[in-house]
Amino acid sequence: MAQLEILVYPDERLRQVSQPVQSVDDEILRFISDLEETLDSLPGCVGIAAPQVGFFKRIIVVDVSSRPQHINHGRLILINPKITSCEGNSIGREGCLSVPDYTGKVKRSKFIEVKAINPLGASVTFKMERYEARAVQHEIDHLDGKLFIDNLMGKRSDLKRRMEN
Amino acid sequence: MQNWYMLTMVGKDRPGIVAEVSQALFKEGGNLGEASMARLGGNFTVMLMLQIDSEKNEIEKILQPLKDKMGLFFHIDQIKGDLHQHIDPNFRLSVHGADKSGIVAAVTDSLAKLNINILNLESDVGGSPENPIYIMHIEGFADCSLSSLESSLQPLIKEKEIVAHLIPIDTMVG
Repeated sequence: MAQLEILVYPDERLRQVSQPVQSVDDEILRFISDLEETLDSLPGCVGIAAPQVGFFKRIIVVDVSSRPQHINHGRLILINPKITSCEGNSIGREGCLSVPDYTGKVKRSKFIEVKAINPLGASVTFKMERYEARAVQHEIDHLDGKLFIDNLMGKRSDLKRRMEN
Repeated sequence: MQNWYMLTMVGKDRPGIVAEVSQALFKEGGNLGEASMARLGGNFTVMLMLQIDSEKNEIEKILQPLKDKMGLFFHIDQIKGDLHQHIDPNFRLSVHGADKSGIVAAVTDSLAKLNINILNLESDVGGSPENPIYIMHIEGFADCSLSSLESSLQPLIKEKEIVAHLIPIDTMVG
């Protein structure tokens, strides 16, 4: 078990597109365990993606259960996650381990369906919404070399009432 | 120790103000920090953090030609940089109603009594000249429950005939 070092913007490696996991072997499972330990060591953080620690495979961990006001599925370890459908939009505030001391508003899909492989190698499908859906979209973006600051909305960009999650 | 200044500028709005000001400062070795700039009414306003190895009177000399050319008024204060200490807002309060004096005073008084820190405030006067409406958005950090803020706003919502929406902000960090 080990806590892994977080890559920080503008580190070019954060722009790398991660490769699919071919088989969930012992090396991958050991890495996932380290990734979870790293996430758990960061208070207030609800998700992490493998490339954030310099491991360029399509693996994310999302866990919104520390914020029970948001509907969530508990700890999600998603290997090769893929968003298979999405609906609606919501604007919410995001921050990122890889972009310290900055938060900003990002538009995301409000509802998503995500298919992935779990650590047992089984196919899984989750339907999720709002905050948890935002976290999963943020982490999947990391797998494609994208950061939330690529999609910011300006401070004065919307003067309509809207939900912040 | 870096020399930081807050540069405040205001002038009649026209294209090119930001470009000319930032070019002039850059040429003299200035480095810009955080800034807030907006058109307020027909005026362009600038609040700009500037780091430069110059004294205040030297900065005034850099800006003087722009003052003469574009009619910009400016003011310079030496400040502490204090960067990398952002506070994340945990609520957003949106208020609107027929424009009348005292809306901002009443709303922000409620916030101040609860010791709430305003991190960002923007407001506009919309509608028509005959029927102006006031629209204000505040993002802030409340150390108290949002329900106590909600209840403290109730009397003034009635008194000022405004609509107020309080929305929690829960920043997703991943």
